[in-house]
Formats: sequence, structure tokens, C-alpha cells
Amino acid sequence: MSRMDEFVNKKRGMLFIPFITAGDPTEDATIELAAMLQSAGASALELGIPYSDPLADGPVIQKASQRALKHGMTLAGALRLCGRIREHGVTIPLIVFTYINPLIQLGSKTFFQLAQENQVDGLLVPDLPFEESRELAQACSMHHICLISLVAPTTSDKRLKAIAGSAQGFLYCVSSLGVTGVRKQFHPSVFPFLDRVRTVTDLPTAVGFGISTSAQVDALRSHADGFIVGSAIVSLIGERAERLSDRRTCSEAAAQIKRILEERLLGQAVGNR
Amino acid sequence: MIRQPQIEPAEQGQRKGRFGEFGGQYVPETLMHALLELEKGFTEAIHDPDFLADYHHILKAYSGRPTPVTYCARLTREVGGAQIYLKREDLNHTGAHKINNAVGQALLARRMGKKRMIAETGAGQHGVATATVAAYFGMPCKVFMGAVDVKRQALNVFRMKLLGAEVVPVEGGNGTLKDAINEALRYWAANVEDTAYIDGSVVGPHPYPLMVRDFQRIIGDEARAQILEKTGKLPDAACACVGGGSNAMGLFTAFLNDPVALYGAEAGGKGTDTDQHAATLTRGSLGVIHGAMTYLLQDPDGQIIAPYSISAGLDYPGIGPEHAHLARTGRAHYEAMTDDEAIDALLRLSKLEGILPALESAHGLALAIKKAKTMRPEQSILVNLSGRGDKDVRTVLSYLADKEKSEGGTSK
Repeated sequence: MSRMDEFVNKKRGMLFIPFITAGDPTEDATIELAAMLQSAGASALELGIPYSDPLADGPVIQKASQRALKHGMTLAGALRLCGRIREHGVTIPLIVFTYINPLIQLGSKTFFQLAQENQVDGLLVPDLPFEESRELAQACSMHHICLISLVAPTTSDKRLKAIAGSAQGFLYCVSSLGVTGVRKQFHPSVFPFLDRVRTVTDLPTAVGFGISTSAQVDALRSHADGFIVGSAIVSLIGERAERLSDRRTCSEAAAQIKRILEERLLGQAVGNR
Repeated sequence: MIRQPQIEPAEQGQRKGRFGEFGGQYVPETLMHALLELEKGFTEAIHDPDFLADYHHILKAYSGRPTPVTYCARLTREVGGAQIYLKREDLNHTGAHKINNAVGQALLARRMGKKRMIAETGAGQHGVATATVAAYFGMPCKVFMGAVDVKRQALNVFRMKLLGAEVVPVEGGNGTLKDAINEALRYWAANVEDTAYIDGSVVGPHPYPLMVRDFQRIIGDEARAQILEKTGKLPDAACACVGGGSNAMGLFTAFLNDPVALYGAEAGGKGTDTDQHAATLTRGSLGVIHGAMTYLLQDPDGQIIAPYSISAGLDYPGIGPEHAHLARTGRAHYEAMTDDEAIDALLRLSKLEGILPALESAHGLALAIKKAKTMRPEQSILVNLSGRGDKDVRTVLSYLADKEKSEGGTSK
């Protein structure tokens, strides 16, 4: 059984899948934060690769990208960082979230070699829609890496079926149109959308974009199997960038983020860990 | 040097929206519905005689088309070589070719029931063209513009505001054109249902490169007929500047199947051996920018590099995918022209012909002059004069002042 199958399945209750940017603000901080998120009950971790032109991301993750790029983080560097995260006791699936261009420049061969060496479980490419993903999907399945697919409220039934038909790991449901970032509440049309997704897949469904409160998670409970939180965590990291960069204060800052997440977001939300 | 892709794209012809291996739709899922809807809407419109009649009527009655082809007698004599002809897109309403595409896309937006328009702009020319057609059609309009460009192009910002558009400064990234496109696409993803994104060049995801080309091909279609009428034969070469490449595709498309050499002038900035240029085909490598597989300026890790050119309209780190294809197949040839060469061409055309070209167009003219010298007097070269240079007077003034200062310094 793969790590993805073991940790990301419907039996575990509401799956919590956090997103952080690799190297934001430093590599050591990313390791500390990954371990913290696992202890907070994460079922998998999305590790974002910083990019100069992040088309799907709102201002919070754009800024995190810039912080990480300042310290020279790259896709290859982030893959190696996954290996270091493993050495620090993180056993949940690691999903690398990268825009297509850095992946093209690194090259497929090097990417998969580094991904396997460093025990990466999944890949998510936000600017690679289904129509463009065939070769990468084949390469992923050859190397036993899940290529995570996204669906949106505007995805037609026909495309939804096609996407679900080849999806792996879990199906990432975009809660709302636009980019990543915190939103106060969901558009009511999100619920019928999530119900529609459930009719076309047996995989767990996880909702992302705009989630920051336990009330939102509760509202999703009967419509999805999990939730993805990016900007809400990344902005807590941004506020503590200095303390997270300092070896002496890093653990304490991470623990503080954990407390805030438990208070505002996780509460009873997370499944049976 | 051109690097080969390491993830090989699909076999040629297998996927739509491709020019050879270039193009495609590398966008977030949230935009796919809008692009599919746009593709359908555009395909229907472009085959509808009523739509085309509206498009041609507006361009005639509102923008003053057809624009003339002008023979440059004095410039030709001074250069020595091929006869030089200009396609006068500078004589369009708003002073550049951008209006052709803005009219086409605005008509399409209205036909598709969209209620508002957004656009990106670098120098402000496309922003002004979009604000103009938005006023003409009575639709609200938002123009995204890099924060740095907003400062550099204050006059065009004011023009857009006069025309009733809202200008949104984009702080992210380097605050230039590429960031304005990113932000326009992000905004579009959130407001896709009632908003049309009026893309200014033959860049971006399918169907934009195809659609913008088709709304600009009127340039070459007219010019081909005009020069045939004037000279009784086709030109030996056609030449245009290339940033994203819309005016060049507009000119080239009519001549693709003719024995006419096609030349594109990229912005060589301070030289392609420096890091201050926008010479995407000369110095870039294969990758994805703004939803399309094409050549771009990037570092070895795939981070996009901010380009430089004296001309804000050529200051773009990518290039339209069809140009990448024409370069790869050898059908068109692209060379980088420096700031100095462009300014020299601008000064010569102004003094010899009484035509002040835009700095963008001056790059195309500089390459045409270079090529004309190598050609015989019985041959001809057609240059797309894509815009007028009034907007650039201040830039030219400060360039000349700097030059005088530095030459004054060295002569002592």
C-alpha cells in the first residue's frame, strides 16, 4: 500500500491537507513546519515550489514565493528538502506543487529521479489542465507518483468525468473562482458542485482555495472528504518570518502557529488521528 | 542558443491550439471553461458574415481603415538598395495597430453577452485601444498595468482615465507587462462569467494567439493588395517589430504562402551580449509563459527574467507561439535591433519622410534598412509602421540628452 493510499482515504474522516512554500522563510523552517503540521493531524503535505509568475496564486502565496526565491529555492532544491523532511520523522505523503515551467527546465528525468530518491508521493501542477497532462500523467504512473488533478465549479460534466477518470490520490476541488487566498465564506453554489464531483469519483475529494476557519470546514463536512489550507497558514508564516528564520526561536514560532491553527481551524475538524 | 525541451510536447497536430509544438493551454482549471467558451464564440463569429461586416464597418467608419501604403523615396535613396514601403498603421484611430484587435474582441465580447472588459497594458497603447472601444460600446473597462509602467507612462494612464477606464496598478513581480498579464488572468479567473479579457497580443493560451492574429491580419491583407496595385508585384520582403508579435503576425499572415522573405525585429536593448534586452528568440529558451509553450527569457531554474528595451511595447519576456514556430521552421527570420539602431531609424524617418514612428516600429524599420542595403534597387521591402511616435518624444529626448552628455565626456 502506498503512503498516499494509507494516509489519504475516506476512512480517516475529514482529511487536513496543508500547503506551505518550500524554503519560506528558510529550509530549516520548512522542516520544522512540516513536522508541526504532521503533529497537528495533517494527512498529507503540499509543498509549493516558489515561482516568479504564479498565475493561480493570490497575494499571500505570491509573497511567500518571493521570500523563498530570495534565498535561492529551486525545484531541485525543494525535492532534496523533501528528503531532509523525511529524516526528521515526517511520514505523511509529500505532494510537490509546482508550475509547469520550472518542471520543464529541470527535465522529466531529473525530476522523477530526485522525487523517488527523496520519497515524494505526489505532484500537482496548477497550470497543467487535463488536456495538456497526458505525457506527464504517464510518466508519473511509471514512477509511482500520484498526479493530483483539479476540478472547478466551472468544469463541465464532460470534462469532470474525463478528469475524474484518470485522477489519482484525491480530487482537488477548487471552492471558488479566482486565485488562492482567504475568503470569508463559500459561494452557495460550491455545495452542489462538490456533490456533483462525488458522483463521478470513488477517490476522496478535498476542497481548496479560501479555507481558514473551522466553521467553513464544518460546512464542508457532508460534501467532501477533506480540505486544503494554504494562504491561511502561509500568512501566519509570513507574520513570523523573522522568528522562523532564527534557529533559536523557530520551534517556538512553529508551535505558536500550531496553537492558532488548532484554535481557529482544526478544533474537532480533523479525522481520527 | 536554443535549448531543447526535456518534457517532449505531444506529437504535432494532435492537440488544438498548437503551432507545431508551440502554443497550447497551460492555465489553471478555473480558466478552462472561459477559454473553451471563448474558442467556441470566436469560431462561430469569425465564420459569420454579419460579424465580419460589423468588424470591417467599425474599422472603416471609426478607425479610418484602410490605412495607406507609403513609398519612402528619400529614405530609399539614402539607404541605397531595395525600395522601402511603409504600411501606415500609425494612421489608425489611437495611433497604432492595437485598435484592430480591440474592435474585434470587443465585438465578440458583446456578441457573447459579456458585460465588462479587462485588458493588460505595458506601454499603454493596448490599454488606450481597449479603453477606447469600451467607451464606443458603452462597457465598463479595467486596465491592469504594472506599477512601474504606471509611473513611466503617466500620459497614457491619464488618456485611459479620460476614456472612462479604471487603471489598476499591479505591484506584484517586477511591476511590468508580464505581471500585468498575470494579474489580468487572475482577475479574469475570478470574474469569468460576465467579463471578457481583451488580450493585446498574439500571446497567452489558445485561442488568443489565433484570435488576435485573425483580428490583425487585415494589416497584411490590405497591404498585399495595395502593394500589388502600386508596383504590380509582391514585395520581396516584409518586415515588422516583435514584442509579443501582433503587428508582425498581422503583416506576415497574408504572405505566408508567397515567395516573400519575412523578417521580425526583436528588441536588442543595450545589446544581446548584455543582460538588458528583450530578444526572446535570439537569447531565450523553450518553456511556458502566460499559458503558452514558446521561447522566453528565463534563468536555468525556470524563473522568468525581466526584459529591457527602450520601447515599452517590446519589453516582454516571451513571444507569440506562432512566431516561435515560424522561427523554428525557418519561414521567418528574427534579429535583435538595439536601442541605438532603433533611435537612428526613428531620426532618419522623421527627417527624411516627415513621419515620426513609435519606438517599437522603429525597431522594425531599423531591420528593414539593414536588409534593404543588401538588396537590389528593383527589389522592394514592406515595413509595418505599427504606430506613431508622439508618445515616445520624451523618451527620445532624454536618450539624446544622455548620449550628448556621454559623448561630450569622452571627447575630452
